[in-house]
Amino acid sequence: MLKVEKIADGTVIDHIPAGKGLRVLQILNIQAGYLGRVALLMNTTSKKMGKKDIVKIADKHIDDKTADKIALIAPEASLNIIKNFEVIEKRQVKLRSKLVAVAACPNPNCITNHERMESEFKVEERGIRCSYCERLFKPEELSA
Amino acid sequence: MNGKDLISIRDLERKDIEGLFSLAEKMEGEIGGEKSPLKNRIIATLFFEPSTRTRLSFQAAAQRLGASVINFESVALTSMAKGETFVDTIKIVDGYADLLVIRHSLEGSARLAANVAKHPVANGGDGGNQHPTQTLIDLYTIRKVKKKLDGLCVHLVGDLKYARTMRSLLYGLGMFGADVTLVSPKGLEMDKGVVDEAKTLFSMKIKQTNELDLKGADVAYVCRIQKERFADPYEAEKLQKEFKITEEQLKGVKEDLVILHPLPKIDEIDPAIDNSKHATYFEQAKLGVPMRMAIIMKLLGRA
Repeated sequence: MLKVEKIADGTVIDHIPAGKGLRVLQILNIQAGYLGRVALLMNTTSKKMGKKDIVKIADKHIDDKTADKIALIAPEASLNIIKNFEVIEKRQVKLRSKLVAVAACPNPNCITNHERMESEFKVEERGIRCSYCERLFKPEELSA
Repeated sequence: MNGKDLISIRDLERKDIEGLFSLAEKMEGEIGGEKSPLKNRIIATLFFEPSTRTRLSFQAAAQRLGASVINFESVALTSMAKGETFVDTIKIVDGYADLLVIRHSLEGSARLAANVAKHPVANGGDGGNQHPTQTLIDLYTIRKVKKKLDGLCVHLVGDLKYARTMRSLLYGLGMFGADVTLVSPKGLEMDKGVVDEAKTLFSMKIKQTNELDLKGADVAYVCRIQKERFADPYEAEKLQKEFKITEEQLKGVKEDLVILHPLPKIDEIDPAIDNSKHATYFEQAKLGVPMRMAIIMKLLGRA
């Protein structure tokens, strides 16, 4: 069994689909040269999901926009906020009905990719629709 | 209608479209009359990419209502050529005119203009996305000629992958309960997501085929193969020949089959058909004026 040391303050992102942990690190802008403490557990066993990834990151809290981005690739992820070694808050990420400036529109001919403006998407039952070019995308297309 | 603008057929409900049908009928009776309900109003037609019918029929509609029209000759002669942003151009013209009609090659441009402008905006076509006034003219023409839309068997024929007209029309036909057969060459089928959405939203019957056969159709709506989308022009030419509507193709079709086309037509319909009882596309283009008069009146809160 792998043992990862506890963090005093920070966030544990749990229930990330197996293999998506590295993408979560990308969303958090954690790359070579990052100076903080980070743990990534890949393909760890999960009762709920079979296999899952977990990201543990010290001294960092996740804002709503970042949580929206994580929800695109890991809709069942949960955020555990740690203070003084205790989980003080646990919440599930959730795709909000309207996503503003969360990702660029994948359609190169969309006006949002040509003007200085924020992208906007509406979450529908069948996918995520750009409010401007009206194209429907799968969540993973938006986070690519 | 949802809000002050006309940007997408998705923003409209059936009752909005029926209201525009009634208004367009009224406008037909007023063409050439003495009334100038929009005297002293200014309509800007901002066509950032070429168009003949949409621009001219919007301008004709505005002038039939007594409004003045302003426009630029070409984008090359505007400040956009100096690097002005689209948003700035819209804000400037919004200060000059009471209504803005916009055509632009980028998808979502009309929506952005509507968000920025204080005055109403009508979408005259935004890239491959929407062309709602064309869809309204198409539905109005079919209803006028066939006296109904529900239960009609409508064939959409041609390049269903790239033609924005076809996607919006499918949506409109679904809203009114028509049955649709999608007829396209292999590889130019309509996007599956669009078809599935129409089926889900309107519980409509949609058939798909790669065989050009118009038997059983009440309406055949034809569009050209968009040759500019093909890397190999010969391939496009070949597909167009296979999908050309000829007199031969019309053997055995319903007596009262109506053939429509958003125009310009290049060589997808044999010119010999232009004079047949089936050809209704020139009438369809003419009905663009009363429908656009209705849209202008509605957007300016005069109806």
